[in-house]
Amino acid sequence: MNWFNDWALTLAIFLPAVGLGILLILPKAEEQLAKVVALGTSLVTLAVGIGILAEFNYDKAGKLQFGVNKAWISVIEARYHLGLDGIALPMLILSMFITVLCIVYSWDHFPEPHNPKGFLALILLLEVGMNGTFLAEDLILFFIFFEIVLLPMFFMIGVWGGPNREYASIKFFLFTLFGSALMLLGFLALYFIAGTFQIPELTRQAGSQIVGSTQTLIFGGLFLGFAIKVPMFPFHTWLPDAHTEAPTVGSVLLAAILLKLGTYGFIRIALPALPHAAHVWAPWIGALAVIGIIYGALCCLAQTDMKRLIAFSSVAHMGFVMLGIATLTDFGLNAAIFGMVAHGLITGMLFFIAGSVQHTYGTRQMSRLGGLLKQAPKMGWILGFCAMASLGLPGLAGFWGEFPAVLSAYQPAAGLSEGLFRGFMVVAAIGTVLAAGYLLWMYQRVAFGEPKEEFADAHIHDVGIFEWIAWTPILLMIVVLGVYPDAIFSLTNDGVRHITSSIARGFKG
Amino acid sequence: MNPGWDFHASAPLIILSATIVAVLIADFFFEYRGRFRTQQIASLGVLAAMIPIITLAVDGGTRSMFNGGFVVDPYSLVFQGFFLAAAYITMLLSVDYIGDGDYYQGEFYVLLLTSLLGMLVMSSSRDLISIFVALETISIPTFVLAGWRKHDPKSNEAAIKYYLIGVMSSAVMLYGMSLVFGLTGSTLLSDIADKVGTLDSPLLIVAGFLTIVGFAFKVSAVPFHFWSPDTYVGAPTPVTAFLSVASKAGGFVALLSVVVFGFFPNADMWQPVLWGLAAASMILGNLVALRQTNIVRMLAYSSVAQGGFILVPFAVAADGDAAISSIQSVVVYILIYGAMNLGAFAIVIALARRTRSAEITSFAGLGQYAPGMAITMSIFLFSLAGVPPFAGWFAKFTMFRAALDANTPAATVLGALAAVSSVVAFFYYARVAREMWFHEPAEGADVHPIRTPVALNAAVVICAAIVVAVGVYPQLFARLGDLAAGG
Repeated sequence: MNWFNDWALTLAIFLPAVGLGILLILPKAEEQLAKVVALGTSLVTLAVGIGILAEFNYDKAGKLQFGVNKAWISVIEARYHLGLDGIALPMLILSMFITVLCIVYSWDHFPEPHNPKGFLALILLLEVGMNGTFLAEDLILFFIFFEIVLLPMFFMIGVWGGPNREYASIKFFLFTLFGSALMLLGFLALYFIAGTFQIPELTRQAGSQIVGSTQTLIFGGLFLGFAIKVPMFPFHTWLPDAHTEAPTVGSVLLAAILLKLGTYGFIRIALPALPHAAHVWAPWIGALAVIGIIYGALCCLAQTDMKRLIAFSSVAHMGFVMLGIATLTDFGLNAAIFGMVAHGLITGMLFFIAGSVQHTYGTRQMSRLGGLLKQAPKMGWILGFCAMASLGLPGLAGFWGEFPAVLSAYQPAAGLSEGLFRGFMVVAAIGTVLAAGYLLWMYQRVAFGEPKEEFADAHIHDVGIFEWIAWTPILLMIVVLGVYPDAIFSLTNDGVRHITSSIARGFKG
Repeated sequence: MNPGWDFHASAPLIILSATIVAVLIADFFFEYRGRFRTQQIASLGVLAAMIPIITLAVDGGTRSMFNGGFVVDPYSLVFQGFFLAAAYITMLLSVDYIGDGDYYQGEFYVLLLTSLLGMLVMSSSRDLISIFVALETISIPTFVLAGWRKHDPKSNEAAIKYYLIGVMSSAVMLYGMSLVFGLTGSTLLSDIADKVGTLDSPLLIVAGFLTIVGFAFKVSAVPFHFWSPDTYVGAPTPVTAFLSVASKAGGFVALLSVVVFGFFPNADMWQPVLWGLAAASMILGNLVALRQTNIVRMLAYSSVAQGGFILVPFAVAADGDAAISSIQSVVVYILIYGAMNLGAFAIVIALARRTRSAEITSFAGLGQYAPGMAITMSIFLFSLAGVPPFAGWFAKFTMFRAALDANTPAATVLGALAAVSSVVAFFYYARVAREMWFHEPAEGADVHPIRTPVALNAAVVICAAIVVAVGVYPQLFARLGDLAAGG
């Protein structure tokens, strides 16, 4: 399977682009055909992902595999450099997997103004950007893929979104564009000083070429680019608007994958390339992370719209991920990556349910909802399951994202203040209690009690066939990862060690 | 016969001159209904002129005539190729516009080709006098072209404004050049470069300032831009496309040649002025564009702002090790800007055939009834905004690279200004995209699919292909920039 080794990653990125090309030349009236082409493309892409899973050398999970390294823009020494290690693997598979499920879910759920061809084309374009970001090993290539996801999401929110979609879409775009402009300046500065755009080389150098104060400045640029994407408090304000207005599938992809591009950037680029600055910034990142945890939770308690509540809960959950990253330890980074996967599955699932509730009731206002367990018991139970997973019930995936992240703050990396991080730990622990509070409160209002009068006699569809197909794999994964978290940890651990050793090496005391 | 004459090097000019004469005579013989054939002759001539460009490029090396006043090297060949391509696309845009409008066809193409001839000469000029003559050869035909819609007062206004400003800027520039000549004793750029580095005279600063201000009018840099929005709106739209791409690029090439080959050793002569022009153009151009409701006017201010971005590498070229990357950046930016701006104008022309309007609101709902046009227009707009994977990102990227290469506080400030204003710029480009995709067509609008003429379609497809291909594989143009900077 030599050719597969050489081509797997390129196929993983560009197969969706091929599908997109086919989709564009189909006539608009052939809706069924468009759906088949899109689903087929995403399935073939997932098949490549499964092939990668089979061929991946798990004994060398810390090393980059399936490498491709070709000249691309030789004038600026940017290369077409792809690679996959144990950190990128779960993210890549998650992205392929969620894309398939989103297309399945869309099958008879196309939001107004319908137009499946356009909608599916955007999903495939998103997949190109998402897969590419996780595989890029060159800063410029990373930047391009990081940016590619903006346009489809902009159009998805702007065309298929809710009433306030124009405002939400432009806000989403401007926030991220601003961040990535500064990020690009940071990448260029890295290039001028370290002399390369190649991420493995930057990791190897561990910032040894760059003096401390310059590192701190460059890290600032990267921080803005990534933190806006995550999003961290106080850059999160675009997220609730984008989520509230986005169509269901848009919300799912945004929560499940797009937010992870930011945290992935921290782990893959910012920390190992600028270790000294990472130590300088870590207390601030940790502080913003725990502020995000508490602030997101408090905002959740004030929401009346179910989807907006889930959006704010994302701010809180990504706070846990960022706290794990801020500790700069093996333990913290492993927890962060697990948290990324778990949050992707669970919050993606919650957005699916919110979308189906909206579809059947025509509203997401929790004051008008109630009695879901009576009217649509299956959906009610699934919502309950996901709420439990999200609040971090042991035995489900959410627990392994949250609990180790909190725990890792007990013992941060050398050079970071233990007292401060233990303080963060306490605050974050309070955040988990608040999370239980707002999730149970939401569940209570939506699912318990009697249906409200206006919907008492309404015919409420329970979970339909396409929903079952889309949801079952996610629900299974939530259980499997909850029972056997080592599936992820064993993959990521070697890669994480590689990164933390570079962080420790580059720390100048 | 002059022994120094190089027929190969001047072949593009000879072919083009012959084409001009051929079009002029042919127009006289054709029946009224056959006048469209003048366009075919002109197009063929432009394509034929491409051939020696290619053979010269394959041949490589530097060919020089008139004691180094006329040089054919990779630098000039890249620009000559660009100007020929831009003129060819402009003719694709014009053929139906000029044909439908019952305008004089032969003369139109003669004037267009004459202006093009000036651009080719400009690419090779290394002497103040030939640069001046080339610049006037570019400008004078476009004064007439801007007023082509004789019966429209706006078109007349456009021509008059453009003419008066153009003549005034020429006078200012000529005065600056005469001072340069007086101080250095030569009009040859290479001689000037030898002198300005050592000459210690405050008058040099004045001379540099006046020369550059003259060019600033030509490239409509703020605060010398005020003619361009009115001229752009009044002129026939294909002419506007030509003005905003080819003619503007002509000004930039002149500026680049004068700065790089002439004034370079004395940075005080040009760097502060260009810094100010770049900063003002980016800020003002982008902010004013936000408020426009007419698409052509918006594109006018957008091109002022884009001009500001092109000036950024100029303003930092003498600092640090930015010299090479600055030239690369200017070349690459001009090439990419040409493709995306011509494309955007092609769509504006195609849509105006249906709506007879240039209001941005006339784009409402275009995505529903003409998805092909809406998709390509979105590509051009987002490319202008610098969003990957479209070519514009690479143009902006090279600009940032030059600014960081310079590594001085002034350059960093300029780079930061560019970053902020390109985020602002996104807002007005996205506004057109929002009209096309997020809004319903206006009440009573004709929403049948739009049939566009073959020539316009070809122009759109060529530009879109370039914008996407270069965006994905920037090496295509980066290599050209590299060649030009090495020459």
